[in-house]
Amino acid sequence: METLFSQQFLVEGGDFRNAGNASTQIKTILKQIGIPGEVIRRVAIAAYEAEMNMVMYAKRGVMTLRIEPMKVEISVEDEGPGIEDIELAMQEGYSTASPEIREMGFGAGMGLPNIKKNSDEFSIASTVGKGTQLSIRIRNRVVQSE
Amino acid sequence: MKLDQIVRQLGVRVRTTEDKVKEVEVKGGYASDLLSDVIGNAKEGYLWVTLQTHANILAVAKLKDIAAILLVNSRKPDADTLEKAEKEGIVLLESDLSTFELVGRLYEMGIR
Ligand SMILES: Nc1ncnc2c1ncn2[C@@H]1O[C@H](COP(=O)(O)OP(=O)(O)OP(=O)(O)O)[C@@H](O)[C@H]1O
Ligand SMILES: [Mg+2]
Repeated sequence: METLFSQQFLVEGGDFRNAGNASTQIKTILKQIGIPGEVIRRVAIAAYEAEMNMVMYAKRGVMTLRIEPMKVEISVEDEGPGIEDIELAMQEGYSTASPEIREMGFGAGMGLPNIKKNSDEFSIASTVGKGTQLSIRIRNRVVQSE
Repeated sequence: MKLDQIVRQLGVRVRTTEDKVKEVEVKGGYASDLLSDVIGNAKEGYLWVTLQTHANILAVAKLKDIAAILLVNSRKPDADTLEKAEKEGIVLLESDLSTFELVGRLYEMGIR
């Protein structure tokens, strides 16, 4: 399928100062292109959670936004500790966030479930000691279903 | 309901983007200190009641098109939160009341 737009965003692990910049940029781009509001809302949630997980857990990572006529795709690839038990990590409420991070309001164990809930297609793969990859696809509804 | 009516009735302090208070429409509210909870469950135009004061609350507010962030228990926004909120046009409010009291009053005013 023809790609209308594509851009990569670099995310640094531990960089809470700039955390959220990539996902807010993604939202701005989708708005400029004229993607329907409901699609933007779902992409924004998924992108934010994926970005924050890299900031919280990974060394660094890349988030790639691809916009096609029928869907918006976000691919995430990080270098980091990876996830040992993906099924467990996907459970709402499960978190390994440190006490300091929890004090900031992260670590509810809702991020990955939020991503899944808001995507039409979602896949996650991880290698312990290497890193984690996510693929998030959200259908670009031309007719708004609200 | 317009944000300035809420500001006046609750006597909260406006810390940033004062010029927007008159025009912003509040469509509902959400109270939570967990960012993933807010990202997942708050809606556009909601007033967000929280005790979190660090700059990442602004990314959440922007992504969700939050009407304003209301800090509870006399909590002061961090210096970089103030600076960034002003730059990005996000309204930060401050109150001496607790989350429980604020939400109760807002609910009574018809914000739900
Ligand atoms: N990119 C990643 N690299 C390594 N571990 C990860 C990554 N993303 C998630 N995890 C692991 O999966 C767990 C669950 O992630 P999830 O995003 O659902 O919740 P959380 O980040 O702990 O809390 P919240 O997202 O609510 O702030 C994390 O605590 C962490 O152990
Ligand atoms: Mg998370």
